[in-house]
Amino acid sequence: MSHVQTVLGHRVTRRVVEAALTLLGVAVLVFLMLRVIPGNQITASLGTEASAALTPSQLAALRAYYGLDQPPVVQFFGWLGNVLTGNLGISQRTGQSVLDMTLAALPVTIELAILATLIGLLIGIPLAMLSASRPNGARDAAGQLVGLAALSVPGFLLGAGLLALVSKYFRYNPSAQGFARFLEDPGLNLQQMLFPALVLGFGLAAPIMRTGRSALLEVQSQDFVRTARGKGVAALQVQIRHVLHNALVPIVTMTGIQFGYLLGGAVVVEQIFSVPGIGRQVLIGLQQKEYAVVQSTVLVIALSFVLVNLVTDLLYRLIDPRVRAS
Amino acid sequence: MDVAAPSLPAATGRTRVPAWRRLLHSHSGLIGVLLTAIIVVLAAAAVLGLTPHDPIAQAPIDRLQGPSPTYWFGTDQFGRDIFSRSIAGVANSLTVAVVAVSLSAVIGTLAGVSAGFFGGRVRAPVLAVTNVLFAFPPLLLALALASAFARTWLTIAMAIAIVYIPIFVRVTRGPVLSLRESDFVKAARVLGFPTSRILFRHVLPNILPIVIVQVTLSMSWAVLTEASLSFLGLGTPPPAPSLGSMVLDAKTLVDLAWWTMAAPGAVIVTFVVGLNLLGDGLRDALDPRHGDSA
Repeated sequence: MSHVQTVLGHRVTRRVVEAALTLLGVAVLVFLMLRVIPGNQITASLGTEASAALTPSQLAALRAYYGLDQPPVVQFFGWLGNVLTGNLGISQRTGQSVLDMTLAALPVTIELAILATLIGLLIGIPLAMLSASRPNGARDAAGQLVGLAALSVPGFLLGAGLLALVSKYFRYNPSAQGFARFLEDPGLNLQQMLFPALVLGFGLAAPIMRTGRSALLEVQSQDFVRTARGKGVAALQVQIRHVLHNALVPIVTMTGIQFGYLLGGAVVVEQIFSVPGIGRQVLIGLQQKEYAVVQSTVLVIALSFVLVNLVTDLLYRLIDPRVRAS
Repeated sequence: MDVAAPSLPAATGRTRVPAWRRLLHSHSGLIGVLLTAIIVVLAAAAVLGLTPHDPIAQAPIDRLQGPSPTYWFGTDQFGRDIFSRSIAGVANSLTVAVVAVSLSAVIGTLAGVSAGFFGGRVRAPVLAVTNVLFAFPPLLLALALASAFARTWLTIAMAIAIVYIPIFVRVTRGPVLSLRESDFVKAARVLGFPTSRILFRHVLPNILPIVIVQVTLSMSWAVLTEASLSFLGLGTPPPAPSLGSMVLDAKTLVDLAWWTMAAPGAVIVTFVVGLNLLGDGLRDALDPRHGDSA
């Protein structure tokens, strides 16, 4: 093993250890948050009024049953142990295990995030190239204007507006019938996913466009681009092979971060379009005061988010020789 | 606040046109300043009770009226004036955003500066907390935090503040790391100045431009977050008007009365566009490295 590889290996190990420690912190924060929220498992299962009517001995028995008489540290590690062995708790409302609910919701959100990211890249990268082709010119202004709109129109407004327009003028609302899973009915599923993915993708186009534009401008000003132009390489080929290729690292990083956000941040759009994803699971949990569901789902989302960031980080170390060597 | 001091080390050698003048000379900066000023004036009018109608008074006879000289933006399903409700909603969003961003800017900057300047024992815990907060998608964290406390505008502001603290830590720590090694800070140390004087007279003024830009951009996110939380029914409690819950109510009315959604929607977009343009303009004016996009 060469020296460079050893150093790289150390750095990767360090990054993985860092991610693991962060996750432990996340677990502590989620646990603390749930302790602050008024109510506990007893009020959640019996209701506040019935809980208030309990005799002291009944209360003590229930507290012992739920482990609430244990010191918080013991409760935390008990919960963490359960989570690590796949026991995420049970929803009082549906009787389903949170693990099953999450395993059903997570693929839906991941599908939505992938579609939205594709749309975001399809809008964002051409816009960035358009803007960077004539910095400060008319094209740049047009590109930046779309970028500004993508940044400033909130997803809930775009989603609600789009839904209203399409259902009023085209009498088309694919979400009106029950949600179709991709494996059951791919055609209907994609129809139902199209609008939420468009809304999320449009919002995603803003950071991609802005990062892409400044990365492209920076690469364009370098000597090798001038050399390529001087050699007589076709303009479009210079833009794609030389400029875009070298500007990819910041774009990939930004896209990775945004993809991570989508895993939990799609809650608004999932709510508008009734997409049974993971964000909506948290929201319904909060509305129904099902804190076991909220606690475990938020933990799963943070876990996926940290993992996506870790993978993005390691990925661009692989893509970019400069990062690898530095 | 004195924003006319772009004194990052990298800025030396540049002709010192005051930053506010550079801001007003760029088209986007000027539009940003104007839009933000209009919004702030309208919000102030709402706070002082100068709305054309009472934003929560119901007038069932006048329900779902289109825009007219009496009701500029029309009325909603209870006959409440949408213009008055919109600007009262703006005032509410602005209050939440100002409190949230001020809290996170002060706490985050102090933490970031200490982590950068003192290193070692301060750095580890600050970065650990920052990493943990960064491990959540921002809206989800705000949602979870906001529902952990009783729903008032202050708890919403605090939830948003916690989400944005790590951003201020991250943008201030890096510059402080390089400032610590700069000659003028070393000179101040050699002269025996107390640490507090070095921090407040030499380090903080130099990162102020970065903080100001971040404050403006965070304001636009805070406004959007408050509106999104309200749209999800977990933000500003009714009947206090909020732009997010107005759009939520309009979802079922928009077929009959387009203005119920268009009016609050246009107001919120104007608001956020203004803040974004102002933030971009300030960044170009204060930070020489971003000077290319006029």
